[in-house]
Amino acid sequence: MSILRNDAYLRSDGRKGIRNTVLVVYLVECSHHVAREIVLPYRDRGVHLAGFGGCFPNSYAFHMLMALTTHPNVGAVHLVSLGCEGFDRRGLLERIRGSGRPAELTVIQEAGGTQASIERGRAWVEATLAEIESVPRVAMSSDELIVGTICGGSDGTSGITANPAIGVAFDQLVEMGAACIFEETGELIGCEQIISERAVTEELGRELTRSIEKAARYYTVLGHGSFAPGNADGGLTTQEEKSMGASSKSGTSPICGLLKPGDRPSAGGLYLLDVVPDGEVRFGFPNTSDPAEIIELIACGSHLTLFSTGRGSVVGSAISPVIKVCANPETYRRMQGDMDIDAGRILEGRASLAEVGAEIVAATLATAAGAETASERLGHQEFVLGYKQFEPVGPACHPSGR
Amino acid sequence: MTGHATQPTAAVLRLSADDNVVVLVRSVAAGERIDVEGQEVVLAVPLGLGHKLAARAIKSGEKILKYGVAIGSATCDIPCGGHVHLDTMQSDYLPTYTHDEGRRFSASA
Repeated sequence: MSILRNDAYLRSDGRKGIRNTVLVVYLVECSHHVAREIVLPYRDRGVHLAGFGGCFPNSYAFHMLMALTTHPNVGAVHLVSLGCEGFDRRGLLERIRGSGRPAELTVIQEAGGTQASIERGRAWVEATLAEIESVPRVAMSSDELIVGTICGGSDGTSGITANPAIGVAFDQLVEMGAACIFEETGELIGCEQIISERAVTEELGRELTRSIEKAARYYTVLGHGSFAPGNADGGLTTQEEKSMGASSKSGTSPICGLLKPGDRPSAGGLYLLDVVPDGEVRFGFPNTSDPAEIIELIACGSHLTLFSTGRGSVVGSAISPVIKVCANPETYRRMQGDMDIDAGRILEGRASLAEVGAEIVAATLATAAGAETASERLGHQEFVLGYKQFEPVGPACHPSGR
Repeated sequence: MTGHATQPTAAVLRLSADDNVVVLVRSVAAGERIDVEGQEVVLAVPLGLGHKLAARAIKSGEKILKYGVAIGSATCDIPCGGHVHLDTMQSDYLPTYTHDEGRRFSASA
């Protein structure tokens, strides 16, 4: 355990943030424009845009927005509703206010339309930016940190440089007491046995296997797996090949729990996030793009995300910073402005896996202490949230919580 | 950091002792002669780093082993040094779609 910083943002539930973001949230696509206009003058001042596009209510989307608006990196929230959508705007507003954060709701139909709503929202953001400067600042240690990991734009180098280097970093972060989350059960298809054997209990091992089998069933109905054409161009051939590379991000720690989006780790250690919906296939692909998975990691409390890419993804995220670990040395030379770590050096004999792993840990600690990542500097604030359906996890999924 | 890449002596990397494929650690040109674990191989097409070559002759239907585990099966006989990719192997789980097949979705537009 080590001290990350002495000026973390303390929230009323005791959790601590490494950023102090104002979140402007549209509650239906019809209020997206107004919300975006409210954010526009403040986009370089820590004001981020988030939202849910659907008009029909969905308990997953509500649960997700509740987790995200009360995330420790969020200092205040402005909700923007058109007025006729199904989302429980009052319920969400009450819960955010209950968390002690400044929160406001603008209903466009009541506020007098687009212009009046934008002006109302901006006036609130302006005042609130000053107000949240007085949030209590406290020391935060590594055992209070939650780190997620994802790979995107993977190629044949991802599984031999950046992913295992993130695995090395995850092992060290777990050792320091942090909670580390890896995800996408669809990218563990073919690795069921290897993953389940790492569970801290046999019961949890069975749950992990079930979650991967569920992903295989789900993707079979949809017609193909979590595999993009660019993956093949980069030398990957099959879901199970991609899975073997992807799973190495998790390192070698025992797996101590299975989470679903919005569930928080109960203590430090390594967790698997199950992103594939429960029940019959209902709303299409589990996640339509990488930013949707990053947002689910953040809903589980991730303060920051380690993103491995071979082909060269450029994304960041709203709410929590993203550290980009570039697997492919040729991609790094082409796109280094978007990258934080050059893991492809391993392939060219210019660094060892252990050295790059140590660099990732150092970048994680620096980012937690306040340093900007490449995607933050470039203004990336991606946010994707769609429809899903989940059943709560059973007691076997969190052995340490009992 | 960039521009100082030293060309490794070997063009390919073996990830596990059990593997029947090796991975290219640098991009190679068509016609280039490379050493695949003691066998000289002339590449028919240019290949990017990360692509796989057969480390020995692989028979149709044989499992493709990378990281020491099966990542699919050969769909034809592959000679030593042959490109192990979508036209020579397939998943044992789920079909893989490529950019060419992606065009199927825009054909009617």
